[in-house]
Formats: sequence, C-alpha cells, structure tokens
Amino acid sequence: MTVSARLSAHDQASRHLQLTDEGQLRHFITLDGLDRAMLTDILDTADSFIEVGERTIKKVPLLRGRTVVNLFFESSTRTRSTFELAAKRLSADVLNLDINTSATSKGESLSDTLLNLEAMASDMFVVRHSQSGAPHFIAESVTPDVAIINAGDGRHAHPTQAMLDMLTIRQHKQRFEGLKVAIVGDILHSRVARSQIRALQTLGAEEVRLIAPGTLLPADVDSLGCTVEFDMTKGMADLDVVIMLRLQTERMEGALLPSEREFYRLYGLDSEKLALARPDCIVMHPGPINRGVEIESAVADGPQSVILNQVTNGIAIRMAVMSMAMSGQVAERATRTRQPGGAQ
Amino acid sequence: MTSSLRIDNARLSGESGAVNLLVRDGLIRSMGRDVIRDPADLEIDASGLTLLPGFVDLCCNLREPGNGQKGNIASETRAAARGGFTTVCASPDTSPVNDSGAVTNLIRDVARTKSAVRVLPVGAATRGLAGELLSDMVGLASAGCVAFSNGNNAMANARILRRCMAYARTFDITLMLQPVNQALAADGYAHDGRVAARLGLLGVPEVAETAAVMEMLLLAEETGVRIHLGQLSCARSVGMVADARARGVAVTADVAMHQLLFTEEALSGFDSRYHVVPPLRRESDRKALLQGVEDGVIDAIVSQHQPHDTAAKQAPLGITEPGLSTVESVFSMGLSLVERGELTMNALLRALTEGPAAVIGWSAGIEQGAPASFSLWDLESQWQAHPDTMLSRGLHAPVSGQDLKGVAHWTVCEGQVAYRPG
Repeated sequence: MTVSARLSAHDQASRHLQLTDEGQLRHFITLDGLDRAMLTDILDTADSFIEVGERTIKKVPLLRGRTVVNLFFESSTRTRSTFELAAKRLSADVLNLDINTSATSKGESLSDTLLNLEAMASDMFVVRHSQSGAPHFIAESVTPDVAIINAGDGRHAHPTQAMLDMLTIRQHKQRFEGLKVAIVGDILHSRVARSQIRALQTLGAEEVRLIAPGTLLPADVDSLGCTVEFDMTKGMADLDVVIMLRLQTERMEGALLPSEREFYRLYGLDSEKLALARPDCIVMHPGPINRGVEIESAVADGPQSVILNQVTNGIAIRMAVMSMAMSGQVAERATRTRQPGGAQ
Repeated sequence: MTSSLRIDNARLSGESGAVNLLVRDGLIRSMGRDVIRDPADLEIDASGLTLLPGFVDLCCNLREPGNGQKGNIASETRAAARGGFTTVCASPDTSPVNDSGAVTNLIRDVARTKSAVRVLPVGAATRGLAGELLSDMVGLASAGCVAFSNGNNAMANARILRRCMAYARTFDITLMLQPVNQALAADGYAHDGRVAARLGLLGVPEVAETAAVMEMLLLAEETGVRIHLGQLSCARSVGMVADARARGVAVTADVAMHQLLFTEEALSGFDSRYHVVPPLRRESDRKALLQGVEDGVIDAIVSQHQPHDTAAKQAPLGITEPGLSTVESVFSMGLSLVERGELTMNALLRALTEGPAAVIGWSAGIEQGAPASFSLWDLESQWQAHPDTMLSRGLHAPVSGQDLKGVAHWTVCEGQVAYRPG
C-alpha cells in the first residue's frame, strides 16, 4: 500500500495543495496531509538554523532577492516579529501589512488586495486571518503561484506554532514515541491546539490528552483521536509534557465559563497539579501567558517551564518552513515554464 | 405563442409503449396510445424521450427585484425550465422583501412577460422578514401569494411565531417555515460535528433545527394552522414530523436535493460552494432524509436554488454567502440517487410533482383536460453543469464538472415551449 492510499480524502487534498509533484513543500498551510518524514525534515532544518541565531552575523542568503509580505488581517506582535526576523535572517525583502487598518476598510475585497500584492512581484505571503480556511482560499483560488505560509487562521490551524512546540519537545525529550502529552484549556477556539494534536499524532506520540470543561471542547471531540479528561487532577497522571493554552477573557461573556477564579482553580496549572505529572514533565505555553488565569507564576518561571525556549525556536522553525516552501515554489515555477503551454 | 402542439411516440416513466398527446390552448386535449393525426403548430417526434409532469419547486430564489447581479426572473426561470420545472415558488427574500402587494404585483408583472415558467410568489410572513411584525398576509394572498414564509430568518420569539400561526389559521393560509433556533445556530456555518471539530469551523448544532421543529409542531398543533417545514437537515426532524402527522397535525415537509447527496465532508477542503443553510450534516442524516422521501413523510424535494455572483463565493468559507445554484441539475442529481439504488424513481417523481403541488393546493400530472405542463427527457444521455453552459447567473453548481445523466429536450409550460436546447 502506498502512503497516499492510507490517507483520507481530506488529507490527500491537503497534501496535493501543499506539495509539488516531487513531494517538496510549496505552501505551508496545515499539517494535515504532511507525513512524519516531512515534519521531521522541518524539525531537522530548523535545528540547523538555530546555529545561525548564535552567530554574530545572523544571516544566510537563501531568500536573497525574494519578497516576503507579512499579511496580518488580525493583529499580532510576537508571531509577526518572529516571521519578520526569520525572513530577514534569510536575506529576504520584507513588507509588513496590517490589513485591518488599510485596504479592506476601504471596501477592497481580499482577492483584490492579494492580486495587487502579487502584481508587485511578491514571492511569499505570510498570512494571518480571523477566518478558518483563509490561507486555503488564497492558495487555491487567488494566488497559487505565491508561496502561502499560514501564520494562524481562525480556529483552524497555526502550523508554525505547533512545529516550534514539537522542536521544543524534541530538544527536551529527544523523541515522540511513548510520550504522553496533555493540552489544557480552551481547545474549542484554539488553532494552536488543532495543529498540535495533528503534529503529535503524526510524529508518533503515544497519547494526546485534552483537558477542559465541556464548554471549551468542540462537538464530536472523540473524532479527533485524543483522550478527553474533564478532571485535571486525574488528567495530570503520567504526563511527559503539559501544554497550557491561553484563555481569552471574553469567554466569560458567552457563558462558556463562570469566572477566571473558578477556571484557575479547576484548570489552572499550579505547583500542586504539576506535582501529579511525571517529575521530568515539561511545561509549555504558546503565549502570551495570563499569570494566575491558566498558569501560576511559580510554574511559568520554574525549572520545568520551557516557555522561553519556545520563543527562540519560533524563529528557527519559521526560517525552515519559509526556505523549504520557497525552494519548492521556485522548482515548480521552473517546471511550469519548461512545459509547453505553461506560464511564459 | 404556440396554440397547438402534438407529441408523438413519447414514453411514460415506468411504462412501456408509446403515448401521443395533443395540446391546444394550454390544455391537454387528447392523450393515449392511438396515433393522433390532427395537424398542430408544432409537432414533436419524442421517440426515445420520456414524458414527465412539470416539476414544482417550493423554494427557489429568483433574485428579482433587487439582486440583478445574482440573477433575475428571466434568467432563473429559464434555468428552472431547463431543469424540468414548470412551477416555481419565488422566495420572499428579495430586495425589497416581498411583504407588500406592490412587490407581489411587480414579481407577477415581470413573470408574465419574461418568465418561461409559472412563478408563484411566496409572501413574507413578517414585515421585512424581521420576525417582529406581521405582514398584511390577507392582502398579499389576494395579490397572488400562495403561501407565506420567513425565509432563512427565525421569528424574534415563540410568542410572535404563535401569533403568526393563529392569524394565518384564521384565513386558511399555509406557512412555510425553515426551522431554526437562531440562538443555537448563532454565527455557525457548518454542521457542528467531526469536520467542524477538525477544521475549526463555527458549528450549527443539530438541536438548532430539532428544537425549532418541536416548537413549531407544538404551536401548529395548538393553533391548528397548516405548516410546511422547509429544508430539513436532520434525521430526528423527520421522525418528529412523522409523529406529529400521525397525531393529526397539519404538517408537510421538504428537503433540498443537495441534502440527499452530500454530507459535512463536502466542507473538508473549505469549499465555499457547500456553505448552505441549514448545513450539510452526517451520513446518517442523509440516509434518514432519503428514507423520509421514500416513505412520503417528506412531501417534496426542493432546489433551494440560490444563485450568486462569483464575488459572493470568492472569500474564506465563513464569510461567503450561503447557497448553491441547483435548479438546472436537481433532477439529474435525483437520477444519480435512483441509479445508486438510494431512492426509487417513483419517490423521486412524486417529490418533484404531486407532493409539492399538494402543499400549495395545486395539481401536477399529465392527463386529458389538465394544463399542458411537462417535459421530455433523454434519461440516458449525459451533460455537465459547467459555467460555460449553465443558464442560471449563479455558476456555483454542486456537481460542476461531473457527468450527469438526464438531459431535458423540451419543457412545456401551459402549452408554451419554455425550454429547448441549443
């Protein structure tokens, strides 16, 4: 049986969208459809870029002459800065656009905005959007010849965040097989959680455990292939990794939760709960953290916390994904121009 | 104007042997096995073609007045005629909304000169479809509205719904309601199930429909109004309608054809065509809806035709407009279900003809003395719903680019040719 025969129709479509015929990455939109070898390749490439960050001159010429546009339809400080730094360390020209405040408020459609940017000879769009599936839409229907990197779409996916988390886990645990990993908190609204679940499953983690109250879990949660635990004190048992998610305070307004205090008591990670996990359990958080809402300061700053490693790894992962997708795009453009009837 | 029409050698579905028809002044004057020798203005040799009664669509958006970029009465009724429909109920969510006699008259006037098929306006049950104030239902009915609906919009609350029903009951008016509890549906656009969980789509839970169905059935039972529940999507809704009917509630129901073919999985590539209201649900729901049509619990299959300009669908899934352009392909989609053994031809035809006709107090059928509304089909030939060939302004067909069986060769509405290919 071939690899593709074992994939669902959805995974095959995602694979086809993101990879060239030769299996090279050309867009990085979702982890669906990417196999373990591809994810491992991304992690290995990122490892090689960590060394670049430690040099005095932190640049490599892989994206020299290429134009990367950071298209943020939803505000972000950290993700955008790390993408910008990553692109600059790869020697790309970088254009930052906060679309919230420009074109779309003048009534221009998303498609028109993107086609205009493509006309400016952009090679790569790093896209963040509040709608799930926006990068799919762009890659499929608007600008298929521009490499699309998903920097977070709605509740759907945040694949670079998940991969930097995987890099952090691999640095501390050296492997994924046999690991028990819990994701705690607002799973329902979290694109980070969806990508982490997929990454952990593809890389071979033994168990992915979701710990949350019923109001913060998606319908049909069992279809995600995880175990579900409502009681965090039980859910901490045997954990190698615990990932805390950020809780948006507006969750109280929609009657999803009664109060921050009750949430913290039941699902906040404090020293007592952490003591229920394996002694070498690491604590992760995609940030920005709410101290005293989902995590105790002593834990966030404690010896088991790897939260700051995550930030450093973010730049390396983004360099890896951007350089890989760019080289796939360039290879594909070359194939197309060689084909009769292809682009000129 | 064709004043007489003769059809020779047509086949009736499920019967062998040829049938011949003579149509004069819009009515079927004679019909039978015997060869008809009377000359006619138009004589059609229907050898190899199957004669079917004109289909009746209880839910079709013609987009006129007000949404010319999406379609108009001329374009969408031409598409309907190609689909074998000779009667379409025009949904009230036009711009302005069909909540006044002036709008009803406008629709009828345009239809009289530009429509290929019979257009029956459906009035808005509440002013502006806002679900708060009753529309002048009696005045609208005398202007020509055959039923009243609130579009995709829910009533503001159960008290308004109850009063709307009590008022409609007084005047023997049929209410066509799409059951939705808006507080539960909220901003959702996908079935709240496995695909929404995986892709992070905003879900519409099943209970957003079933809670509304239960409420509507209880209120209809109390007020005695005749209700028609439109575009069911859940297995449990079918069961509740069957139970209510068994205890004497005057309820009928329909389902959109796409609900019989597709499930939530259609959204797994974020394909905005499949953004429909109510959302496509599970395979078990699809199966139950098919069974409901087979058993007659669901009286009608509708197109729920919603043509759009391309911009309305060219955006990330959650901010696209809902609906499919279906009216041309409904019957072909139905034939694919028959071919797969999921639905019988009898049930399909019933749900496209006598079933929906009865809901609005009309009749459908091919018999001597009846209006000559029918179509002639080559049931074996294939075609594709393709942007270059579609007659609707809306190019987002659910089956775009797939081979479909069933090609209409003629559609005749009240004795006039409504559609002819080429």
